[in-house]
Amino acid sequence: MTSLTTAQQETLIESSSKFSGVRLTDRIFYWLTVILAIGIGLVLIWITYSLLSIAIPAIASFGLGFLASSTWNPVQDVYGAFPQIYGTILSSFIALLFAIPLGVGVAIFLSENFLPRKILTPIAFTVELLAAIPSVVYGMWGIFIFIPAILPLLKWVNNAFGWVPIFSTSPSTRQLFAASLVLAIMILPTIIAISRDTMISIPPQLRQGAYGLGATRWETITKVLVPAGLSGIIGSIMLALGRALGETMALAMLVGNSNRINISWFAPASTISALIANQFGEASGLQKSALFYEALVLMLLTLAVNVLAEFIVGRFQQVE
Amino acid sequence: MTSLSCLKRRAFLATLTAASLGLAVSCAPTSTDVSTSPTSGAPTSPQAGGGGSTVTLSGAGASFPAPLYQRWFADYNKENSNVQISYQSVGSGAGVEQFLAGTVDFGASDAPLKDEEREKFKAANNGADPIQVPMTSGSIVFAYNLDGVDELKLSRNAYCGIVTGEISNWNDPAIASSNQGVTLPDEPIQWVYRSDGSGTTFGFTTHLAAACPNWTAGADKSVEWATGTGAKGNEGITAQLQQTPGALGYVEFSYARENGLKMAAIENKAGNIIEPSPESGALAFKGETVPPDFALIVADPSDAQAYPITTLTWMLFYPGYSDAAKADAIKNVVTWALTDGKAGAEELGYIPIDEELATKVQDAVAQIK
Repeated sequence: MTSLTTAQQETLIESSSKFSGVRLTDRIFYWLTVILAIGIGLVLIWITYSLLSIAIPAIASFGLGFLASSTWNPVQDVYGAFPQIYGTILSSFIALLFAIPLGVGVAIFLSENFLPRKILTPIAFTVELLAAIPSVVYGMWGIFIFIPAILPLLKWVNNAFGWVPIFSTSPSTRQLFAASLVLAIMILPTIIAISRDTMISIPPQLRQGAYGLGATRWETITKVLVPAGLSGIIGSIMLALGRALGETMALAMLVGNSNRINISWFAPASTISALIANQFGEASGLQKSALFYEALVLMLLTLAVNVLAEFIVGRFQQVE
Repeated sequence: MTSLSCLKRRAFLATLTAASLGLAVSCAPTSTDVSTSPTSGAPTSPQAGGGGSTVTLSGAGASFPAPLYQRWFADYNKENSNVQISYQSVGSGAGVEQFLAGTVDFGASDAPLKDEEREKFKAANNGADPIQVPMTSGSIVFAYNLDGVDELKLSRNAYCGIVTGEISNWNDPAIASSNQGVTLPDEPIQWVYRSDGSGTTFGFTTHLAAACPNWTAGADKSVEWATGTGAKGNEGITAQLQQTPGALGYVEFSYARENGLKMAAIENKAGNIIEPSPESGALAFKGETVPPDFALIVADPSDAQAYPITTLTWMLFYPGYSDAAKADAIKNVVTWALTDGKAGAEELGYIPIDEELATKVQDAVAQIK
């Protein structure tokens, strides 16, 4: 409110009859924004409340054991979310494993003057177009092109490194690992766009200073620019993680939807959002309630990620 | 500097649009909404419908008969341009829910109404019963992908073992014994099931529960599978079967035929190995008595030549409509579908219900007010 007072003082100065119209507009605008801000909060509370009210029967019957149970049996109405929670976290983790180095690397490249701007701008634009592809198209692309293309490679990995538990099964045509790779491509634009913006907005004095001290370009990037932009880069990674956790359609089509835990990444798995997308249409009663319970778990998971992001970003800003 | 900020804003906008786009797509319900609007050039015969003014009916429900319903309603509209029917294949569960909530003019379901749903309907409609009638039936087949094997035969032991994971290799003696002279590969069986809730799974597991003593997972629109990979929708199953050598899964006969999938002949209750076809499927209901609410489920038909997995699919109507024109239109459409609509059903691979049952259905529908 303190910042508002200067603005109010200014309006007071101008509050002769001539400016009363302006004052009125100001006030209307102020209340309009207040209402909108409260409105968005109310929508969130409303959605959370509806989720909770439908999920209550499932919460009552399964309690916290829901999170650790691996049964999903609509016939006997016994439900547990462990395989989905496991699949959701693991698929997002694998996606980040590939998307972070690739995304940050591209962001650094696009923010440096390696190439003339005439070429860099179209590349940056292309990256953003990746984000505009609907996820059902990614799913289709995964089914018909990407998975058949990488399957021979995965088979080779299975033959050569089959003794490693995570590569221990013969690669299935629908599986966690390949689905996670598609997910990595889907979250790349988020990481690239935000990291690049951060890198570009770093004050040029930092770079000039580093060069002045005799640092090479490589040293400047790794020791000055990336640490300076770290809060933005981490923020982009957390946003990407948020998208990966909630991604639905592409995973429902690619992940194999088996409600069991298999230690091998090459076996079919399931995720929370994929299960909801699959079963919501025909669910009723306790099954529907259990699906809403899963949705709540996903919401809390995403909330935890966002809180963590705020915390980390805040920390690195203090380091600066 | 201006160009930079402009670029940044564009970048932000692009990500924002993309994010909201992705959100919108991933949240969109997977339903096909086809409304049958009148085609301007089509020949019209106005008197066949009900009255002179335009009647609009909307329905929602099962996805298995959706291709047939959409074709029926489009064909009917060509002949009766004043009746427009839209059908949304949102799934049986959602269809029943919308029917009970009264937000549609008719519902459609692959499973007959449950007792509690019936009670709910009665409570909301002054004790009146909903009108539930079968419209068509279809077989569910085992479709497979095996190079060099064109006429796979599966005995009851074989397919019961495969669905539970007890038989996991194609050259298992249980499969080989009914396929003399065929070289079966030494490869794992890649079982594929529907991951989304579906009437197909309901029909398929209803049969398994009746025919397989080792099947303990029960019968429902989605069940807990002990083995295999889940694919979303008929199209997901089809894609996976076509891509995966050694894959075996279950789909509707009409869908398998349309996509050129290879179908296995399977052993029926009498011990004969029967190829899926509309004729062998129709035999499933031969000699069965139809209950008054038409909730006829033949889990394991006893006719010696019947294909064993065939299910009916139902439409749900209200006992009375406030608009008399709607009631008339419904009666006319049902009668038309069960008589003139037969040809379209056969063309698409569905099995039209026989004349005796069709007459009973028309009697039931005639009571709509």
